[in-house]
Amino acid sequence: MTSVMDQPVGILTHEPAPAPAWVQAFRTRARDGLSGLPTVRDEAWRFTNIAPLVGTNFVTESASQRQVTPGDVAELRVPELDAAVLVFVDGQYNPGLSDTRNLGAGVVCTTMEAAFERHAQLVQAHLGAASAEHDDPFTRLNDAMLSAGVFLYVPDGVATARPIEILSIATRTAEPVAAHPRNLIVVGKGAGATVLEHYVALDHGVVYLNNAVTELIAGDGSRVEHYLLERESEQAFNISTLAIRQGAEAVVHSHTVLLGGAIVRNNVVPVLAGERGHCLINGLYVGHGDQHLDNAMRVRHAAAQCESRQYYKGIMNDRSRGVFTGRIIVDKGAQKTDAIQTNRNMLLSDEARVNARPQLEIFADDVRCTHGATTGRVDDEAVFYFMSRGLSEPVARAMLVYAFAAEGFDRMELVPVRRLLAQEMIDKLPMARGLSIEV
Amino acid sequence: MRMKGNGSMSPVPLLEIRNLHVRLEDEPSVEILKGIDLKIMPGEVHSIMGPNGSGKSTLAQVLAGKEDYEIVEGQILFKGQDLSDLGPDERANSGIFLAFQYPVEIPGVSAMQFLKAAVNAKRAFEGQGELDAGALLRHFRAKALQINVPFEMLKRNVNEGFSGGEKKRFEIFQMAVLDSVLGILDESDSGLDIDALRIVSEGVNSMRDGTRSFLLITHYQRLLNYIVPDRVHVLIGGRIVKSGGKDLALELEEHGYAPFGVNESAVASA
Ligand SMILES: Nc1ncnc2c1ncn2[C@@H]1O[C@H](COP(=O)(O)OP(=O)(O)OP(=O)(O)O)[C@@H](O)[C@H]1O
Ligand SMILES: [Mg+2]
Repeated sequence: MTSVMDQPVGILTHEPAPAPAWVQAFRTRARDGLSGLPTVRDEAWRFTNIAPLVGTNFVTESASQRQVTPGDVAELRVPELDAAVLVFVDGQYNPGLSDTRNLGAGVVCTTMEAAFERHAQLVQAHLGAASAEHDDPFTRLNDAMLSAGVFLYVPDGVATARPIEILSIATRTAEPVAAHPRNLIVVGKGAGATVLEHYVALDHGVVYLNNAVTELIAGDGSRVEHYLLERESEQAFNISTLAIRQGAEAVVHSHTVLLGGAIVRNNVVPVLAGERGHCLINGLYVGHGDQHLDNAMRVRHAAAQCESRQYYKGIMNDRSRGVFTGRIIVDKGAQKTDAIQTNRNMLLSDEARVNARPQLEIFADDVRCTHGATTGRVDDEAVFYFMSRGLSEPVARAMLVYAFAAEGFDRMELVPVRRLLAQEMIDKLPMARGLSIEV
Repeated sequence: MRMKGNGSMSPVPLLEIRNLHVRLEDEPSVEILKGIDLKIMPGEVHSIMGPNGSGKSTLAQVLAGKEDYEIVEGQILFKGQDLSDLGPDERANSGIFLAFQYPVEIPGVSAMQFLKAAVNAKRAFEGQGELDAGALLRHFRAKALQINVPFEMLKRNVNEGFSGGEKKRFEIFQMAVLDSVLGILDESDSGLDIDALRIVSEGVNSMRDGTRSFLLITHYQRLLNYIVPDRVHVLIGGRIVKSGGKDLALELEEHGYAPFGVNESAVASA
């Protein structure tokens, strides 16, 4: 092992829980392929220095100073959303706090560990099918640590009766915990599902790592909506990867909102593998203080006549830094690809920064690919217009910042999610706490 | 805001501008307004006409509290009180309304949401509680009828995709909703078709009640057939060079600004 691995060895030395031989083999393969964690010398990590993460001595389990109660869960989960909920506390599944009933005929919603035993064939058939596309050390690390997480299987033609919320709660622990959540979502032909990954902390000063990988296999003609709601402690590290493989005419919507975390890396890696698929990648990152929020999209059009839409917006205050890398790859056979990518940023302070870079790799000739990135500030003319109608400057600015973000929220189908996140975003703006907005 | 008790029996002007000199904050060498005097009594309608670049919008924006401009000399009194320490929001809440020459498009904020916030900001300023949603809606509907704008406009984002004429009408509607006492209308008639001009004028006239005053900035005498002004002022090169009754507008229409001996280049370099 290289010297870069010296620190992460702490994460790796603890063997994940015993598992069937094929799971062990999967882990070992990943571990053997892992040569070290990335540095800024890696092109894909050029703008994100993970030294603080590497410099932390993580453990895989540590005693929590506080028992999580049903009341905590009620407070932390998305309010007013009738969803099944699977609760993980510091990376460990808590069945007592979870509720996976009434999801629909034939729907399987369980932990990965349970699925290794009871749904081995299904898991084996799909595990790695989407994530293999993502050539990244953290994804390999997650493979190597494969154990906790959620397995969701929706049979052909079935739509889940309600959304499924995977709620990861971090508590204050004796030592910093590294968790490697791994979710496998298999949605059959013509089936439908809505899944939320929701990361929250009971305590906002806690250091920990969530290195999550979610694989989404969306069958032909399926409709899947995925949400990543990242509301971690502002001392925490969150690396999230959503790897999607979607079939013909499948419609997948990915919505990401990054609000918490010290260093966050959000990877969305869809492969449009069947013709006439549609993938929406909608995201918003809102930073303040010294937060570092990095978004890396890699959209691969592997089949003809697919559409992809990337709409990412950043709002950065104080000394925070946003990164957006949007890569579109159009394979040779993917004629009539229609790919759009936009990244717009609003800086609220002089020290906030954003690095945006579009990357197009087009190997087909009959395609339409557009991309654009902008970085600006709140429009002074608009502030004056609002103030000339009696709104105070903080309210005017907050409304305009909200307005900037609004179209991102409007794309989300779940209204309770819009409400929660829009209000939380507003509350993060220093001058506008308490402003109530209508979503 | 209090009225200044000055003991005398003469009524207090709603707006009084004394020897106002204004320059650009960023470019102090450029003086745009060079000594404006203007007095508008409650209930009066005054009109300002003048060539492009003469300083009309600058005056309007300074009255509304725009920060890009610096007042180097002179005073603005509203209801007898000096405005210099009040921000644009406080001026608005005190009753000053500026209908913009170029209303700003705001994607992402519905007109309804915007006006609710504005009405409640004014109520908070006056020490009143917020109006509930029902009362606000009734208020908006009544004003939409009065000003003759389609209520559906409120469901759209502020000015976004509005035609030029729709923007101007929405401005007048906002003034009615906010119940302002001084309306500064910066070319609210520009870009209006014949019917819209009449509708906007009727909206303005419907607000005239003997106490509410208007300052109409316009290039066209035609507007003043609909909204008959008490006084007409000619602003050239940052100065009011002539004031008169409504017939002054007809004179200007006929002879242009040439009789005042100032051409475009002189305006720019004066
Ligand atoms: N913020 C500013 N920055 C630079 N120049 C300005 C600014 N505001 C006004 N000016 C200049 O001051 C002068 C007066 O402008 P103003 O907009 O007041 O004219 P106006 O009388 O309203 O003209 P119009 O009839 O074309 O609307 C112009 O020369 C204009 O370019
Ligand atoms: Mg003007």
